[in-house]
Amino acid sequence: MVERCKACGFCVEFCPTKVLALSSAFNSKGYHPPHVVAPEKCSGCDLCGMYCPDFAIYGQRLPVAKEAAPARTAAATNLEVARES
Amino acid sequence: MTILDVTNPVEPFLRTDRMPHIWCPGCGIGTTVNCFARALIESKIDLQSLALVSGIGCTGRVAGYVKLDSFHTTHGRAIPFATGLKLANPKLNVIVYSGDGDLSAIGGNHLIHAARRNIDLKVICVNNLIYAMTGGQTAPTTPGHAITSTSPYGTCEPAFNLPHLVEAAGAVYVARWTTFHVKQLARSIGEAFQKKGFSFIEVISPCPTLYQRRNKLGDGLDTMKYYKEKSKVKHGAPTSEVGLTMTGEIIVGKFVDRDRPDYQSLLHAQMVESLGESYVEPSETVCSCS
Repeated sequence: MVERCKACGFCVEFCPTKVLALSSAFNSKGYHPPHVVAPEKCSGCDLCGMYCPDFAIYGQRLPVAKEAAPARTAAATNLEVARES
Repeated sequence: MTILDVTNPVEPFLRTDRMPHIWCPGCGIGTTVNCFARALIESKIDLQSLALVSGIGCTGRVAGYVKLDSFHTTHGRAIPFATGLKLANPKLNVIVYSGDGDLSAIGGNHLIHAARRNIDLKVICVNNLIYAMTGGQTAPTTPGHAITSTSPYGTCEPAFNLPHLVEAAGAVYVARWTTFHVKQLARSIGEAFQKKGFSFIEVISPCPTLYQRRNKLGDGLDTMKYYKEKSKVKHGAPTSEVGLTMTGEIIVGKFVDRDRPDYQSLLHAQMVESLGESYVEPSETVCSCS
């Protein structure tokens, strides 16, 4: 997914809660893909996913774990998945 | 963060083996495809009943990237091909996904006649205001004074106002959005699926490589910010007043939503009237490959 990104910046600019920023890292094509800078702010609205022209990112609301006291939604971008896998 | 067992919701609608696609960084066509895929998810439409037809050009590439029955036709002939498809198999939901150059220039004749006949097609026209794939020549939609490769001193021609053109020709659903209005665009595509007749959705999209660069309008993101700032939602606005200029206001919204008998019902009525009881409805074409 990171490899699909062309760093247009749409997701960073139009994220309503400013969760993302373009990272300083490069992908193999030489673009700077975004990374999550404020995961706690993510509402999982998936607007980044709708704006992405390269199908490289998306947001998802996750079921809140029972033990987690504050009922927050978590950021789930494929960039995260790809970075950690 | 833990590794999540989730995938991009639009992935099932894409031929992922062909990604990354060829569209430039900052181009909005991918965003429109994204909205289209989300409209398909929302409307829960049977994908087996869908056929997508594209012409030639940057937007013409959509047919190759979506995992639907799709066909990449010759230049300008997306609508005639789709018309044949619809007439041969009336149960199909036929979508024409093409650019302004393909639909309104070389295919302009087909566009107005399909609207006149009210053929049940959903036309999504991505308008980037220029012939992008062939090197940035002046298109019928290029706004006045814009610099293109064939008008280095600025274009002097008046541009087509596509919503006005198709409304005058007889379309039953006409809407315009920009690539900034993703939610509205997805909703509009869903609404078009519910309409019977010629539906036309124009999507204004940036072309950072040719149009914006030559006219010193910044990159794709700058154009998206311009759309955010200068677009005004006016549902039901008279289409004669929604023409585009280079840096002026962009009127968006659903302009036309009306009902008119479509081509197939007219054809049926005419045949019944002329032949009476002896008229036999043509049998449904069955695809031999299914």
